[in-house]
Amino acid sequence: MKRLIILGAGTAGTMAANKLREQLDDDWEITIVDQDETHYYQPGYLFIPFGSYAPSDVTKTKREFIPRGVNYVSATIAKLDPEADSVTLDNGTELGYDYLVIATGTHPTPSETPGLDSPEYGKTVHDFYTFEGAVALRDALATFESGRFVINLIEMPIKCPVAPLEFAFLAEAYFTEHGKRDNVEIVYVTPLDAAFTKPVAARHLGSMFEDRNIELVPDFYLERVDAENRKLISYDEREVDYDLLVTVPVNMGATFVQEAGLGDEMNHVNVDHYTFLSTDYDNIFALGDAANLPTSKAGSVAHFAMDVFVPNFINYVQGLPMRERFDGHANCYIETGYNKAMLIDFNYTTEPLPGKYPIPGIGPFSLLKETEANHWGKLMFKWMYWNMLLRGKNIPVPSHMMMAGKERGAS
Amino acid sequence: MPVTTIADREIHVDDDGFLTEFDEWDEGLAATLASNIGIGELTEDHWKVITFLRSDFKENGETPTLRRVSTVGEIATKSLFQLFPKKPARKMSYVAGLQKPKGCI
Ligand SMILES: Cc1cc2nc3c(=O)[nH]c(=O)nc-3n(C[C@H](O)[C@H](O)[C@H](O)COP(=O)(O)OP(=O)(O)OC[C@H]3O[C@@H](n4cnc5c(N)ncnc54)[C@H](O)[C@@H]3O)c2cc1C
Repeated sequence: MKRLIILGAGTAGTMAANKLREQLDDDWEITIVDQDETHYYQPGYLFIPFGSYAPSDVTKTKREFIPRGVNYVSATIAKLDPEADSVTLDNGTELGYDYLVIATGTHPTPSETPGLDSPEYGKTVHDFYTFEGAVALRDALATFESGRFVINLIEMPIKCPVAPLEFAFLAEAYFTEHGKRDNVEIVYVTPLDAAFTKPVAARHLGSMFEDRNIELVPDFYLERVDAENRKLISYDEREVDYDLLVTVPVNMGATFVQEAGLGDEMNHVNVDHYTFLSTDYDNIFALGDAANLPTSKAGSVAHFAMDVFVPNFINYVQGLPMRERFDGHANCYIETGYNKAMLIDFNYTTEPLPGKYPIPGIGPFSLLKETEANHWGKLMFKWMYWNMLLRGKNIPVPSHMMMAGKERGAS
Repeated sequence: MPVTTIADREIHVDDDGFLTEFDEWDEGLAATLASNIGIGELTEDHWKVITFLRSDFKENGETPTLRRVSTVGEIATKSLFQLFPKKPARKMSYVAGLQKPKGCI
């Protein structure tokens, strides 16, 4: 009997469990561990504050997506001992493994920033990176009539790095549609030097903030929040005042990763960027947001990565070479408000380019350009996520990035 | 990739002037790069940062973030803002001859 343990039953862990159960024979025992019984469709958090999704649209029971023949263990992972090939749960149970997949994601951690985790959290300070946060923010937006509305991305990397931009665009449209726009100043505060930092995207999209009258505060590296006086204070002692703050807290991987010595400074697992094998242990892989890959942390990335990981894993456990190599492919819809969205597609080496993105049957979608079709594409993604992606069914989108339809040499 | 001449040498750079070839950098070039962006004299504290950046890049193939410089390199973020004012992440990478730190889009 061989034992595989998957840590985390989110997007990546659930997909891996489905695909691997299908491919591995019965002498493999597969166990998946998660602390939460509820599966959250996190891309939906973006829409809850504006009332376009109800909280119930984004939750389902995790076990619904775990296939037969996989043991589901509901517990918090307290400790990993990679020398002893053993995982300890918070209830004291120890689980041994032959192979381990870490898929515990990355999570907003307000306590990383002095002053952020204050009694004002949930009152004048909000987030939309958690389910509770998105719901509380919906109520706060409903009663916010006027003042400085500040969105602050604290530090990269975060999961879904475009979500703060989308949130700014959707908030602008929301205040306009609710007749409050004239009384609300929208300010976007970022440690990056621009809203769009890749050259081609910057040239195509650079004016989006001006067009919407959103004030940009770049190069702002937050040191602390003075929640009592409603101020953001940077390391170089600049201050930004707010009436309502929407923060995107620092995103950190699980602490057991750090304690086991497998992580980088954000507790993301150090892995080979092409195969996801831990750089420290030859029987540990990390998938999804938990891995420190130099591409976006996104559900689409976890999905593309699966087509590389599964055949590789099957070979690897038989002592055969891993033939597939991941190219860092990411594909994200960016909501821009007023029922429009953009699509970007890129990988480790190719930045987002304009052009068309072919999807058999439903495409093509326009790249780097606002269209209504892209908005419907984004909304359709929820259905695909629950019904196909999580269950490990194939979606007619190639896992490696393609140049077809793109404007080569675009500038 | 554009090629430019810095301190009488041909150097490969990106559109923003960041070096793209790790090995085209040396300590002499650092002084020129620093003065290009208004940093007068490179002190011992600057060199501590530059040395960390280069050795970390060599090991990991990526330009380290401010957080990495503070947690792994043990150089406080506050002091990075004093050494490389306003845009430390960009400026320190530029002087150290490393790729521009990446955003997503
Ligand atoms: C606001 C927002 C918008 C987004 N929009 C998009 C989008 O449009 N497109 C897109 O592709 N992606 C989007 N994403 C990103 C996407 O949701 C994630 O990249 C994806 O869910 C990553 O999957 P994962 O399995 O790595 O992590 P997760 O799905 O987060 O799963 C990690 C799991 O590990 C469990 N866990 C963690 N620590 C422990 C522990 N110690 N013990 C037990 N269990 C533990 C958690 O309970 C969780 O179930 C968005 C994310 C957010 C927050």
